[in-house]
Formats: sequence, C-alpha cells, structure tokens
Amino acid sequence: MALGDHAFVRRAPVAPRPPPRGVVGPLAWLRNNLFSSPANTATTILIALFLAWTVPPLIRWLFIDAAWTGDDRSVCLDGGACWAFIGAKINLILYGQYPPDERWRIVLVAALFVAGLVPLAIPRVPGKRWNVVYLLVVFPVIAFMLLTGIGIGLDKVPTDRWGGLFVTLVAAVMGIVISLPLGILLALGRRSKLPVVRWLSTAFIEFWRGVPLVAVLFMASVMLPIFLPPGVTFDKLLRAMLCIAIFYSAYMAEVVRGGLQAVPKGQYEGSMALGLSWFQQMRLVVMPQALTVVIPGIVNTFIALFKDTSLIMVIGLFDLLGMLKSATNDSDWASPSVPATAYVFAGIIYWVFCFGLSRYSVFIERRLSRGKLHR
Amino acid sequence: MTFGGFFNDTRVRGLALQVLAFAGAVAFVAWIVVNTNTNLGRLGIGVDFGFLDDRAGFNIVQTPIPYDNNSTYFRAFLVGLVNTLMVSALGIVLATILGFLIGIGRLSTNWLLAKLCTVYVETIRNVPLLLQVVFWFEAVLVLLPRPQAGIVLPFGGNLNNRGLYLPAPVTEPGFLAVAIALVVAIALTIVLARWSRRRQAATGKTFPMWTVGAALVLGAPLLVFLVTGAPLAWQEPTLQRLNFTGGIVVIPELAALLVALTLYTAAFIAEVVRAGVLAVPRGQVEAAGALGLHRGLTMRKVVVPQALRVITPPLTNQYLNLIKNSSLAVAIGYPDLVGVFKNTVLNQTGRAIEVIGITMAVYLFISLVTAVAMNLFNARVALRER
Repeated sequence: MALGDHAFVRRAPVAPRPPPRGVVGPLAWLRNNLFSSPANTATTILIALFLAWTVPPLIRWLFIDAAWTGDDRSVCLDGGACWAFIGAKINLILYGQYPPDERWRIVLVAALFVAGLVPLAIPRVPGKRWNVVYLLVVFPVIAFMLLTGIGIGLDKVPTDRWGGLFVTLVAAVMGIVISLPLGILLALGRRSKLPVVRWLSTAFIEFWRGVPLVAVLFMASVMLPIFLPPGVTFDKLLRAMLCIAIFYSAYMAEVVRGGLQAVPKGQYEGSMALGLSWFQQMRLVVMPQALTVVIPGIVNTFIALFKDTSLIMVIGLFDLLGMLKSATNDSDWASPSVPATAYVFAGIIYWVFCFGLSRYSVFIERRLSRGKLHR
Repeated sequence: MTFGGFFNDTRVRGLALQVLAFAGAVAFVAWIVVNTNTNLGRLGIGVDFGFLDDRAGFNIVQTPIPYDNNSTYFRAFLVGLVNTLMVSALGIVLATILGFLIGIGRLSTNWLLAKLCTVYVETIRNVPLLLQVVFWFEAVLVLLPRPQAGIVLPFGGNLNNRGLYLPAPVTEPGFLAVAIALVVAIALTIVLARWSRRRQAATGKTFPMWTVGAALVLGAPLLVFLVTGAPLAWQEPTLQRLNFTGGIVVIPELAALLVALTLYTAAFIAEVVRAGVLAVPRGQVEAAGALGLHRGLTMRKVVVPQALRVITPPLTNQYLNLIKNSSLAVAIGYPDLVGVFKNTVLNQTGRAIEVIGITMAVYLFISLVTAVAMNLFNARVALRER
C-alpha cells in the first residue's frame, strides 16, 4: 500500500520545546510568592520601601548609636538607646528594693520553681502527679516562707520592698495557680442543674467580666479596708495579686465552659450509665476532654493575666513596669532616650515570656491533636 | 426511708447544696454590709450621693461638653463618661479597620505582606497594653517639638508636644441645606437599595447600586454646597505666646491612648478575622467559582457572610475589652471616667463607696448594652435553619 498524498512521515526530530518555567528554586519561589501579579508586585515593592525606611533607623537606634556602658546621663545624649541605664538599674529591675544580702532567696525560689516546672512541661518525664503536688502545695509554702522570711528564722522582708520582675512573676504565678481551679469550679457551677448555684456562678462571672481591672484594683486598694472588720489589715501587694487572680478566674471560667460545651452529650450519658458519681464523671470523663479542647484558650488567658499584672503599677506598686517607670524619673539619667529604652526593654521581657507561653501552647496542642489527624 | 438513704437522694442533696450556697452568699454579703456600716459609722460618714451636686473646683484638660471648675461633680462625671465613650468609639472604628486589613493581610498570597502582618500581630499581642500606652505617651510623644517650633501641617494644622491642632469647621447660614441634602440622599439610597434588591430577587436583573448610591450620598450634598456658595469657613489654630488657640485639638493623652488602644486591639481583631475567614470551607469558594462568580463577588456574597457568623461573637468581646481597656487612661492622665472620678473626685470627697460604685455600674452598663447590641447583630447574621 502506497502512502497517500496526505500522509506525513517525520524525517527529522522536532525542535525541543523551551524548558518549563521553574517551579522549584529561589527564583520560582520569588515569582510565586512575591511577584505573581502586578498588584502583588506593587505590594512587594511598597513593603520593601517601607522596611527600608523603618528598619535601618531602628537598628541604628537599638545597636549602632546606642550607649552600652556609662555611669550617668552624659553617655546617653547621642540619640541612640541608653542600655547603660538598664545596666545601672538592673538589680532594681529584677529585685526591686529587696535587701541585697537577701536576694539569694529570690534566686533560690526561682530555681525551685523552674525545677518543678521543667519536668512538668516536658511530656515524656514521668511522675506528673507528684510534680503537680509539689508545684501547687509544697512549692508555694516554701516560696512564701523564703520570700517573706516568716516561719523559718530568716530576716523578715516586708512586701513594700518587693519589686521589679520578681513581683511580676510572683503575681503571674499566683494568679495562674488560683485562677485555673477557681475558674473550673465556676464553669461547673454555671452549667450546674441546681438553679441557685447556677445563678450565683453566673452573677459572679458576669460581674468580673463587666468591669475593668483598673477599677477592680482601685476597689481593692480603696474599698476593701471598708469591707473588712475594723482593725483587720491586708497586705497591699497580696490584695492586688488576689484581685488579679479572682478577676481572671471569671475569664478562665468562660474558657472552661466552652470546653465543657464541646464534650458530646453521649460522654455524660455514657459515664452515667457506667454508674459513675458526678465527681467521678467530671474527673475521669468530662474534664480531661473539656480541658484538652480549650488548652489554647487557657494559655491565652494566662498570657492576658501575665500582661495585666503590669496594671498593679496604677495603684502605686512596683512591678517590672512600675519599677522601670519610676527609674526613668532618676535625674542622674534624665535624657530623651531613657524612657524609650526602659519601655523597649520591658517590652522585650514581657514579649519573651508571652511568646514562649504561646509557642508552648501550640506545641501541646499539636501533641494532643496528633490522634485526631488520622480520623 | 432510712437516714442514710435520705442523704443519698440526689434531690435532697441538691437542695441541701443550694440552701448552703445561698446561705453562704447571703452571710457573706451581710458580713460585708455590717463591716461597712461599722467602719462608716466610726468615720462618721454614711452612703450619700448628695455630693454630686457640690462644686467640683478642679479643671479637666479635655472637655467635650461645657465644663469649668465651678461645675458640679455630676458634670465632671459626665465629662469623664463622654471622654471614655469618645476614645472607645474612635478606637473601635479605627481598630476594626486596621484589624480587618491586617487579618486579611496575613492570609495574602504575598509572602512579604503575610509575614509582615504576622510579625505585627505577634509583637503587639505579647506586650502589655499599659506598657504600650506609657510608651507612646512618655517615650514617643515627648520627642515632639515645643508649640513655637511645632511641625506645620497642610491647611493650617500643627503638631507639637501640646497636641495635634487642626482647623475647625465653622458653619455659616445656609449649611443647613447641605445637611438636609445629605439626609435626603441617604434616605433615597436606602429606598433605592431595597427596590434593587427586590427587583433582583424577582427578575434577576442587577442594578449598579454601589456606584449610584455613592454618587447620590456624595454628590447631592456637594452640589447643594456649591450652589449655596460654600457656606463653611475654617477656623485655623493660631499661635499665641505659649500655645495654640482655636481649632480642634487632639491632646497628647488622647493621641497616645488612642494609638495604643487601636494598635493593640487591631492585633486581636486581625486574629479573629483570620480565624473567621479560614473557618469558611474551601468547597464554598470553589463552588462559587464553579458557578461563575468572580473573585470580588465570591468574597462579598459567599465568604464574608459566612465568616461574619464566626467573627461576630469574638469581635464583640474585643470591643468590650477595648472599652474596659480605655480605663488605662488613668496611667497617663487622660481624663476618662476612672481618671476623673477615681483620681480626682475620690481624693477630694473621700466617698469611696459612691465613687467606685458609680464607676463599676457605668462599666457594667456599657458592657451590657454593647453585648445586647452585638447579640442583636449576631442574631441577624446567624445561620437560619428550618
């Protein structure tokens, strides 16, 4: 059979097609993520200009023009950050007016706390139950005796000498330790079948959630003496810390309530069918599931609590922020860059703690949801 | 029924627990009331709100309603309240706009924009608001020049360490017509929007509502404004010996508080918005695309209505937080409710119970009203099932 006119037999190889546009490598990445369309390109250029305008002066202020050493304001007049000021005040910032000879007590308490916290935070370490007992029962007693000096024959240190980062951390830890259990109780109360318990819990929660913490702290410092029997006084710092703890227990209660609502009804019914008492139901079936769901919310509340410990500055106590603010009033260090340096420094400290907490919550969340990924 | 059986009855135990809880609460309140009475009796004062009619005798740096030091304490309370509401309202509007922009920005396909927004959110959210307030007030705004050497802005404005001075509009006779034109245009737009929606539902014909509406609302007042001969003058702030007078002034306290509140709350709103948009299933967007809707319409008709359902409740919480957080004003001396009332009135009168009681009641009331309003809005956007 002869080939027809319309038949075509290729006698030479086809010219190679141009290679496809790269989908891997830095250039392709740039094209896909920064210059995928005209609008995208314009955005990228605008942001790059913005960064070029803001970042170099910031770096210059923070590092290059900054004064790192020096004894008074004279080194801090060039317009850079005044880190020498932080260096000169570091003891005040960390310990407040705590007597220099007794500062080892704070360091010891911090070490004891870290010793209890680190094994608790690492999931693989066994003995979580004893760890919790140590942190919630043993540690607070030891810390209280060491820090105040009451009961173990050390010099007594009144709380008006407490200050700085130390007070911030004490307020935060105390707030967290009190607000979580109290919040769980309130959440259970709000979902209780008993109307009186439900109303009381709801009223308590909604009251604290409806007023600002500043007003609550003022109430604690001004009104509490009127509410207590004549002659009964209450330490001012302790009062503020308790206030923060109670205030945040209301927020915690709402977070936990969200978790309780997320537990399917069948879980309650199933545990009831097994003949568990109400406490067993809550402890063994409901709470483990409810708390797991709301770990991010709980950690967010912790972070908010940690940040809000700074408010005790408003009623004249010296936490980290209050201490730094009062340190900026030192006339030896009067310079335009000192307040900015002080607040940037405080901001970095708060940021490290809060960001660390939030990263840890992401880690735990991933770990706990690992089982759910395979559904 | 045996004795033990009686106490094992759930109903009996529930009742007993409730009676105990109730009795405990009543006893606690009674204890506080008795203590308060004893203490007040010892100090020789009672609970009396009569002081509100007394002359206040102090000045306030920002008075949106007429006030001088001869006014009453009640008037001072109102000034503080209006100041609180003013900074809250401005903060809510600005934080919502910025928060939506940043929340959407974090979802952008542009890597640089997404990362920049992430860095913003993670930085701002992890630093206490109080620190940010004092930072803006004591570290940034103090760097502004004195009034004599202030930064000159266009249209006669001036920025210096006493505040931001802007020209104030002064209406002249005939301006009323412009206002009336605006109201009429808005009313007409609403009527038109209803008609266009009904027609689209009935016939499927669309109407360029956005363009026509914008033209009406902007154009009609502008036309009347020009026809009546521009009946509006600008009063520019002028430099006296030490300070500017005239015009609108934004005092540094307000500026610092507003900037801090806006930036801080915007970071939280951004997260709320991001979560809301991510909560809309991908299939919804893909289905809209399959139906032939273009990107803008997909966003407006499919994504946003569903995201709003998720966004509204946490957004309400952020608004309430902003209102409560505005009380941090007290740290920098902005005369808000807590600042005026707690700091000055309480120190002058010593009436702790009345002053703190009123303050708390006002915040509770504001929280309640905002919550109710947002719940109504929520009910409107919530999923309607059969």
